[in-house]
Amino acid sequence: MSLRSPMGRVLGLGSAKDGTAHWWAQRVSAVALIPLTLWFAISLLTLPALDYGTVRLWLSAPLNTLLGVLLVAVLTYHSYLGIVVVIEDYVHSAGSKLLSLLLLRFLHVLVGGAGIFAILRVAFGS
Amino acid sequence: MAEFSLPANSKVRKDGRVFKAPPGAKNVRVFKIYRFDPEAAENPRMDSYELDMDACGPMVLDALIKIKNEVDSTLSFRRSCREGICGSCAMNIDGKNGLACVSACADVKHDIKIYPLPHMPVIKDLVPDLTNFYAQYASIKPWLQTRTPAPPDGERLQSKEDQEKVDRPSACILCACCSTSCPSYWWNSDRYLGPAALLAAYRWIVDSRDEAAGERLDYLEDPFRLYRCHTIMNCTEACPKDLNPAKAIGEIKQMLLHRRH
Repeated sequence: MSLRSPMGRVLGLGSAKDGTAHWWAQRVSAVALIPLTLWFAISLLTLPALDYGTVRLWLSAPLNTLLGVLLVAVLTYHSYLGIVVVIEDYVHSAGSKLLSLLLLRFLHVLVGGAGIFAILRVAFGS
Repeated sequence: MAEFSLPANSKVRKDGRVFKAPPGAKNVRVFKIYRFDPEAAENPRMDSYELDMDACGPMVLDALIKIKNEVDSTLSFRRSCREGICGSCAMNIDGKNGLACVSACADVKHDIKIYPLPHMPVIKDLVPDLTNFYAQYASIKPWLQTRTPAPPDGERLQSKEDQEKVDRPSACILCACCSTSCPSYWWNSDRYLGPAALLAAYRWIVDSRDEAAGERLDYLEDPFRLYRCHTIMNCTEACPKDLNPAKAIGEIKQMLLHRRH
Protein backbone atom coordinates (compact mmCIF):
# COMPACT_ATOMS: atom_id res chain seq x y z
CA MET A 1 0.00 0.00 0.00
CA SER A 2 1.44 3.33 -1.07
CA LEU A 3 -0.10 6.75 -1.28
CA ARG A 4 2.25 7.84 -4.06
CA SER A 5 0.26 9.57 -6.83
CA PRO A 6 -0.47 7.71 -10.10
CA MET A 7 1.63 10.29 -11.99
CA GLY A 8 4.50 9.83 -9.53
CA ARG A 9 4.37 6.10 -10.17
CA VAL A 10 4.39 6.51 -13.97
CA LEU A 11 7.30 8.98 -13.93
CA GLY A 12 9.14 6.59 -11.62
CA LEU A 13 12.92 6.80 -11.80
CA GLY A 14 12.82 8.65 -15.12
CA SER A 15 14.08 7.62 -18.55
CA ALA A 16 17.15 5.40 -18.73
CA LYS A 17 18.02 7.23 -22.04
CA ASP A 18 18.80 3.78 -23.38
CA GLY A 19 17.27 0.96 -25.34
CA THR A 20 17.91 2.25 -28.85
CA ALA A 21 21.41 0.73 -28.96
CA HIS A 22 20.07 -2.64 -27.84
CA TRP A 23 17.19 -2.49 -30.31
CA TRP A 24 19.51 -1.58 -33.17
CA ALA A 25 22.12 -4.21 -32.24
CA GLN A 26 19.41 -6.87 -32.23
CA ARG A 27 18.39 -5.92 -35.77
CA VAL A 28 21.94 -5.59 -37.09
CA SER A 29 22.88 -9.02 -35.71
CA ALA A 30 19.68 -10.49 -37.17
CA VAL A 31 20.54 -9.15 -40.61
CA ALA A 32 24.13 -10.43 -40.29
CA LEU A 33 22.82 -13.89 -39.41
CA ILE A 34 20.91 -14.24 -42.68
CA PRO A 35 24.00 -14.66 -44.94
CA LEU A 36 25.96 -16.45 -42.20
CA THR A 37 23.35 -19.16 -41.58
CA LEU A 38 22.70 -19.51 -45.32
CA TRP A 39 26.43 -19.93 -45.96
CA PHE A 40 26.67 -22.49 -43.13
CA ALA A 41 23.66 -24.57 -44.20
CA ILE A 42 24.48 -24.54 -47.92
CA SER A 43 28.16 -25.34 -47.28
CA LEU A 44 27.35 -28.35 -45.12
CA LEU A 45 24.67 -29.61 -47.52
CA THR A 46 27.00 -29.41 -50.50
CA LEU A 47 29.90 -31.22 -48.82
CA PRO A 48 30.56 -34.60 -50.46
CA ALA A 49 30.44 -36.32 -47.04
CA LEU A 50 29.88 -35.30 -43.43
CA ASP A 51 32.66 -37.29 -41.77
CA TYR A 52 35.21 -35.57 -39.53
CA GLY A 53 37.98 -35.54 -42.15
CA THR A 54 35.89 -33.83 -44.84
CA VAL A 55 34.40 -31.23 -42.50
CA ARG A 56 37.79 -30.53 -40.99
CA LEU A 57 39.29 -29.97 -44.41
CA TRP A 58 36.42 -27.64 -45.29
CA LEU A 59 36.63 -25.72 -42.01
CA SER A 60 40.38 -25.24 -42.21
CA ALA A 61 40.06 -23.11 -45.37
CA PRO A 62 40.75 -19.55 -44.11
CA LEU A 63 37.47 -18.03 -45.28
CA ASN A 64 35.43 -20.88 -43.74
CA THR A 65 37.26 -20.59 -40.42
CA LEU A 66 36.60 -16.86 -40.34
CA LEU A 67 32.92 -17.18 -41.24
CA GLY A 68 32.49 -20.05 -38.75
CA VAL A 69 33.91 -17.93 -35.93
CA LEU A 70 31.72 -15.00 -36.97
CA LEU A 71 28.62 -17.22 -37.09
CA VAL A 72 29.14 -18.46 -33.53
CA ALA A 73 29.98 -14.96 -32.25
CA VAL A 74 27.01 -13.22 -33.88
CA LEU A 75 24.64 -16.07 -33.01
CA THR A 76 25.50 -16.02 -29.29
CA TYR A 77 25.43 -12.21 -29.25
CA HIS A 78 21.99 -12.18 -30.87
CA SER A 79 20.75 -14.87 -28.52
CA TYR A 80 22.03 -12.90 -25.53
CA LEU A 81 20.26 -9.72 -26.69
CA GLY A 82 17.01 -11.65 -27.09
CA ILE A 83 17.15 -13.52 -23.82
CA VAL A 84 17.80 -10.29 -21.88
CA VAL A 85 14.45 -8.98 -23.15
CA VAL A 86 12.71 -12.19 -22.09
CA ILE A 87 14.15 -11.89 -18.57
CA GLU A 88 13.19 -8.21 -18.34
CA ASP A 89 9.68 -9.07 -19.55
CA TYR A 90 8.91 -11.88 -17.16
CA VAL A 91 11.22 -11.76 -14.13
CA HIS A 92 10.18 -8.92 -11.88
CA SER A 93 11.85 -9.38 -8.52
CA ALA A 94 15.11 -7.42 -8.46
CA GLY A 95 17.21 -10.22 -6.98
CA SER A 96 16.29 -13.03 -9.36
CA LYS A 97 16.36 -10.62 -12.32
CA LEU A 98 19.94 -9.59 -11.56
CA LEU A 99 21.00 -13.18 -10.93
CA SER A 100 19.46 -14.52 -14.15
CA LEU A 101 20.90 -11.67 -16.24
CA LEU A 102 24.33 -12.37 -14.76
CA LEU A 103 24.14 -16.14 -15.24
CA LEU A 104 22.85 -15.82 -18.81
CA ARG A 105 25.60 -13.39 -19.70
CA PHE A 106 28.22 -15.81 -18.36
CA LEU A 107 26.52 -18.71 -20.13
CA HIS A 108 26.54 -16.93 -23.48
CA VAL A 109 30.20 -15.95 -23.18
CA LEU A 110 30.99 -19.54 -22.19
CA VAL A 111 29.02 -21.09 -25.07
CA GLY A 112 30.33 -18.56 -27.61
CA GLY A 113 33.90 -18.93 -26.34
CA ALA A 114 33.69 -22.73 -26.42
CA GLY A 115 32.27 -22.69 -29.97
CA ILE A 116 34.96 -20.38 -31.28
CA PHE A 117 37.66 -22.34 -29.48
CA ALA A 118 36.36 -25.59 -31.00
CA ILE A 119 36.32 -24.16 -34.52
CA LEU A 120 39.87 -22.84 -34.19
CA ARG A 121 41.09 -26.08 -32.73
CA VAL A 122 39.53 -28.13 -35.51
CA ALA A 123 40.71 -25.70 -38.18
CA PHE A 124 44.28 -25.43 -36.94
CA GLY A 125 44.30 -29.14 -36.11
CA SER A 126 46.20 -29.31 -32.83
CA MET B 1 7.59 -13.35 -12.07
CA ALA B 2 4.87 -12.41 -14.47
CA GLU B 3 1.55 -13.85 -13.43
CA PHE B 4 0.40 -16.64 -15.72
CA SER B 5 -2.56 -17.70 -13.62
CA LEU B 6 -5.11 -15.65 -11.73
CA PRO B 7 -4.61 -14.98 -8.01
CA ALA B 8 -6.82 -17.20 -5.81
CA ASN B 9 -9.30 -14.41 -5.07
CA SER B 10 -9.68 -13.56 -8.80
CA LYS B 11 -10.48 -17.07 -10.07
CA VAL B 12 -13.81 -17.00 -11.86
CA ARG B 13 -16.53 -19.24 -10.41
CA LYS B 14 -18.60 -21.01 -13.05
CA ASP B 15 -21.71 -21.34 -10.84
CA GLY B 16 -23.13 -17.91 -11.62
CA ARG B 17 -26.81 -17.03 -11.58
CA VAL B 18 -28.99 -17.77 -14.61
CA PHE B 19 -31.70 -15.38 -15.74
CA LYS B 20 -34.19 -17.18 -18.02
CA ALA B 21 -35.76 -15.59 -21.07
CA PRO B 22 -39.37 -14.43 -20.68
CA PRO B 23 -41.86 -17.18 -21.67
CA GLY B 24 -42.86 -17.03 -25.32
CA ALA B 25 -39.56 -15.51 -26.48
CA LYS B 26 -38.68 -16.89 -29.91
CA ASN B 27 -35.29 -15.36 -30.68
CA VAL B 28 -33.28 -16.08 -27.53
CA ARG B 29 -29.57 -15.41 -27.12
CA VAL B 30 -27.41 -16.07 -24.08
CA PHE B 31 -25.09 -13.41 -22.63
CA LYS B 32 -22.48 -14.70 -20.18
CA ILE B 33 -21.19 -11.76 -18.23
CA TYR B 34 -18.33 -11.41 -15.76
CA ARG B 35 -19.63 -10.25 -12.41
CA PHE B 36 -17.57 -8.99 -9.50
CA ASP B 37 -18.95 -7.20 -6.48
CA PRO B 38 -16.23 -5.57 -4.34
CA GLU B 39 -18.57 -5.45 -1.36
CA ALA B 40 -19.29 -9.17 -1.36
CA ALA B 41 -16.47 -11.28 0.03
CA GLU B 42 -16.56 -13.73 -2.87
CA ASN B 43 -14.77 -14.50 -6.11
CA PRO B 44 -15.98 -13.20 -9.47
CA ARG B 45 -18.53 -15.36 -11.30
CA MET B 46 -20.14 -15.66 -14.75
CA ASP B 47 -23.86 -14.84 -14.80
CA SER B 48 -26.03 -15.96 -17.74
CA TYR B 49 -28.72 -13.72 -19.15
CA GLU B 50 -31.15 -15.05 -21.76
CA LEU B 51 -32.55 -12.18 -23.81
CA ASP B 52 -35.37 -12.05 -26.33
CA MET B 53 -33.51 -10.45 -29.25
CA ASP B 54 -36.81 -9.53 -30.92
CA ALA B 55 -37.23 -6.99 -28.13
CA CYS B 56 -33.61 -5.81 -28.01
CA GLY B 57 -31.43 -3.51 -30.08
CA PRO B 58 -28.71 -5.00 -32.33
CA MET B 59 -25.57 -3.97 -30.47
CA VAL B 60 -23.94 -5.55 -27.42
CA LEU B 61 -24.44 -2.27 -25.57
CA ASP B 62 -28.18 -2.44 -26.31
CA ALA B 63 -28.24 -5.86 -24.68
CA LEU B 64 -26.32 -4.63 -21.63
CA ILE B 65 -28.67 -1.67 -21.20
CA LYS B 66 -31.68 -3.98 -21.57
CA ILE B 67 -30.26 -6.27 -18.88
CA LYS B 68 -29.62 -3.36 -16.54
CA ASN B 69 -33.06 -1.81 -17.16
CA GLU B 70 -35.24 -4.91 -17.25
CA VAL B 71 -33.44 -7.94 -15.84
CA ASP B 72 -30.73 -7.19 -13.28
CA SER B 73 -30.07 -3.61 -12.18
CA THR B 74 -26.97 -4.65 -10.21
CA LEU B 75 -24.91 -5.02 -13.42
CA SER B 76 -22.31 -2.24 -13.72
CA PHE B 77 -20.66 -0.99 -16.91
CA ARG B 78 -19.52 2.33 -18.37
CA ARG B 79 -21.27 3.81 -21.37
CA SER B 80 -22.09 7.22 -22.75
CA CYS B 81 -22.24 8.16 -26.44
CA ARG B 82 -23.46 4.81 -27.90
CA GLU B 83 -21.77 5.65 -31.22
CA GLY B 84 -18.09 4.77 -30.80
CA ILE B 85 -16.70 8.21 -30.04
CA CYS B 86 -16.47 8.37 -26.22
CA GLY B 87 -14.58 5.12 -25.60
CA SER B 88 -16.43 4.39 -22.34
CA CYS B 89 -17.89 0.97 -23.16
CA ALA B 90 -14.59 -0.74 -24.02
CA MET B 91 -14.72 -4.35 -22.86
CA ASN B 92 -13.72 -7.85 -23.89
CA ILE B 93 -16.49 -9.28 -26.08
CA ASP B 94 -16.20 -12.83 -27.40
CA GLY B 95 -12.47 -12.81 -26.59
CA LYS B 96 -11.71 -9.54 -28.38
CA ASN B 97 -11.40 -6.05 -27.00
CA GLY B 98 -13.88 -3.63 -28.51
CA LEU B 99 -16.58 -1.08 -27.91
CA ALA B 100 -19.91 -2.64 -26.92
CA CYS B 101 -21.80 0.12 -28.73
CA VAL B 102 -20.32 -0.67 -32.15
CA SER B 103 -20.14 -4.47 -31.73
CA ALA B 104 -23.13 -6.25 -33.23
CA CYS B 105 -24.54 -9.23 -31.34
CA ALA B 106 -25.11 -10.92 -34.72
CA ASP B 107 -21.34 -11.01 -35.34
CA VAL B 108 -20.96 -13.53 -32.49
CA LYS B 109 -22.30 -16.93 -33.51
CA HIS B 110 -22.34 -18.64 -30.09
CA ASP B 111 -23.12 -17.47 -26.53
CA ILE B 112 -21.83 -13.92 -26.10
CA LYS B 113 -19.19 -13.83 -23.37
CA ILE B 114 -18.38 -10.42 -21.95
CA TYR B 115 -15.44 -9.68 -19.65
CA PRO B 116 -13.89 -6.41 -18.49
CA LEU B 117 -10.72 -5.23 -20.32
CA PRO B 118 -8.02 -7.86 -19.68
CA HIS B 119 -5.40 -7.66 -16.94
CA MET B 120 -6.72 -4.49 -15.32
CA PRO B 121 -7.84 -4.17 -11.70
CA VAL B 122 -11.64 -4.55 -11.66
CA ILE B 123 -13.67 -2.00 -9.72
CA LYS B 124 -17.00 -3.74 -10.32
CA ASP B 125 -18.34 -6.09 -13.02
CA LEU B 126 -17.25 -4.62 -16.39
CA VAL B 127 -15.69 -1.47 -14.92
CA PRO B 128 -11.86 -1.58 -14.88
CA ASP B 129 -9.61 0.80 -12.97
CA LEU B 130 -7.91 2.96 -15.64
CA THR B 131 -6.04 5.27 -13.24
CA ASN B 132 -2.60 4.11 -14.37
CA PHE B 133 -3.62 4.22 -18.05
CA TYR B 134 -4.74 7.85 -17.75
CA ALA B 135 -1.62 8.82 -15.78
CA GLN B 136 0.52 7.30 -18.54
CA TYR B 137 -1.36 9.36 -21.11
CA ALA B 138 -0.91 12.54 -19.04
CA SER B 139 2.81 11.75 -18.61
CA ILE B 140 3.55 12.20 -22.33
CA LYS B 141 2.31 15.83 -22.05
CA PRO B 142 -0.49 15.61 -24.61
CA TRP B 143 -0.55 19.30 -25.43
CA LEU B 144 1.24 21.68 -27.80
CA GLN B 145 4.66 22.78 -26.50
CA THR B 146 6.43 25.63 -28.24
CA ARG B 147 9.17 28.22 -27.74
CA THR B 148 8.00 30.42 -30.60
CA PRO B 149 5.21 32.69 -29.33
CA ALA B 150 1.90 32.34 -31.14
CA PRO B 151 1.32 34.93 -33.90
CA PRO B 152 -0.35 37.97 -32.29
CA ASP B 153 -3.04 38.14 -34.91
CA GLY B 154 -4.10 34.52 -35.38
CA GLU B 155 -3.58 30.85 -34.85
CA ARG B 156 -0.42 28.81 -35.53
CA LEU B 157 -0.60 27.78 -39.17
CA GLN B 158 -0.15 24.27 -40.44
CA SER B 159 -0.01 23.02 -44.02
CA LYS B 160 -2.61 20.56 -45.23
CA GLU B 161 0.06 17.83 -45.58
CA ASP B 162 1.27 18.41 -42.03
CA GLN B 163 -2.27 18.29 -40.70
CA GLU B 164 -2.78 14.96 -42.43
CA LYS B 165 0.08 13.47 -40.37
CA VAL B 166 -1.84 14.08 -37.14
CA ASP B 167 -5.32 13.41 -38.52
CA ARG B 168 -5.40 9.68 -37.84
CA PRO B 169 -3.51 9.51 -34.52
CA SER B 170 -5.70 12.36 -33.22
CA ALA B 171 -8.74 10.13 -33.72
CA CYS B 172 -7.74 8.02 -30.69
CA ILE B 173 -10.56 7.99 -28.13
CA LEU B 174 -8.47 6.55 -25.26
CA CYS B 175 -10.77 3.54 -24.85
CA ALA B 176 -7.76 1.38 -23.75
CA CYS B 177 -8.72 -1.51 -26.09
CA CYS B 178 -5.18 -1.49 -27.55
CA SER B 179 -3.12 -1.26 -24.38
CA THR B 180 -5.13 -3.92 -22.56
CA SER B 181 -4.81 -6.32 -25.52
CA CYS B 182 -1.01 -6.10 -25.42
CA PRO B 183 0.78 -8.95 -23.58
CA SER B 184 3.76 -6.69 -22.99
CA TYR B 185 1.41 -4.22 -21.28
CA TRP B 186 -0.09 -7.04 -19.20
CA TRP B 187 3.31 -8.01 -17.79
CA ASN B 188 4.86 -4.54 -17.46
CA SER B 189 2.16 -1.88 -17.37
CA ASP B 190 3.91 -0.32 -14.37
CA ARG B 191 6.84 0.68 -16.62
CA TYR B 192 5.77 0.20 -20.26
CA LEU B 193 3.62 3.13 -21.45
CA GLY B 194 1.50 0.98 -23.76
CA PRO B 195 0.30 1.59 -27.34
CA ALA B 196 -2.33 4.24 -26.50
CA ALA B 197 0.10 6.58 -24.70
CA LEU B 198 2.80 5.96 -27.33
CA LEU B 199 0.38 6.72 -30.17
CA ALA B 200 -0.51 9.97 -28.40
CA ALA B 201 3.20 10.78 -27.97
CA TYR B 202 3.70 10.13 -31.70
CA ARG B 203 0.79 12.44 -32.51
CA TRP B 204 2.62 15.35 -30.82
CA ILE B 205 6.09 14.42 -32.08
CA VAL B 206 4.94 14.64 -35.72
CA ASP B 207 2.82 17.75 -35.19
CA SER B 208 4.53 20.47 -37.27
CA ARG B 209 3.52 23.16 -34.75
CA ASP B 210 5.07 21.38 -31.75
CA GLU B 211 8.66 22.27 -30.84
CA ALA B 212 9.32 19.68 -28.13
CA ALA B 213 9.95 16.56 -30.24
CA GLY B 214 13.42 16.17 -28.73
CA GLU B 215 12.19 16.32 -25.14
CA ARG B 216 9.35 13.96 -26.01
CA LEU B 217 11.81 11.43 -27.50
CA ASP B 218 14.07 11.85 -24.45
CA TYR B 219 11.15 10.91 -22.24
CA LEU B 220 10.36 7.81 -24.30
CA GLU B 221 13.90 6.52 -24.83
CA ASP B 222 13.89 3.82 -22.21
CA PRO B 223 14.09 0.00 -22.30
CA PHE B 224 10.68 -0.18 -20.62
CA ARG B 225 8.68 2.93 -21.52
CA LEU B 226 9.05 2.36 -25.28
CA TYR B 227 11.12 -0.73 -25.99
CA ARG B 228 8.82 -3.19 -24.21
CA CYS B 229 6.92 -3.04 -27.51
CA HIS B 230 7.86 -6.26 -29.28
CA THR B 231 5.72 -5.54 -32.38
CA ILE B 232 3.06 -8.06 -31.38
CA MET B 233 0.49 -5.83 -33.16
CA ASN B 234 -2.49 -6.82 -30.99
CA CYS B 235 -2.98 -3.05 -30.52
CA THR B 236 -3.63 -2.43 -34.20
CA GLU B 237 -5.83 -5.53 -34.36
CA ALA B 238 -7.90 -4.36 -31.37
CA CYS B 239 -8.36 -0.67 -32.22
CA PRO B 240 -12.08 0.02 -32.79
CA LYS B 241 -11.16 3.22 -34.64
CA ASP B 242 -8.91 1.36 -37.12
CA LEU B 243 -5.82 3.28 -36.00
CA ASN B 244 -2.32 1.84 -36.15
CA PRO B 245 -0.45 2.28 -32.85
CA ALA B 246 2.09 -0.42 -33.83
CA LYS B 247 3.17 1.62 -36.85
CA ALA B 248 3.42 4.80 -34.75
CA ILE B 249 5.64 3.00 -32.23
CA GLY B 250 7.80 1.68 -35.08
CA GLU B 251 8.20 5.22 -36.38
CA ILE B 252 9.18 6.51 -32.92
CA LYS B 253 11.89 3.82 -32.81
CA GLN B 254 13.11 4.94 -36.23
CA MET B 255 13.23 8.58 -35.10
CA LEU B 256 15.33 7.56 -32.08
CA LEU B 257 17.70 5.73 -34.41
CA HIS B 258 17.73 8.62 -36.86
CA ARG B 259 18.86 11.14 -34.27
CA ARG B 260 21.92 9.11 -33.33
CA HIS B 261 23.07 7.97 -36.79
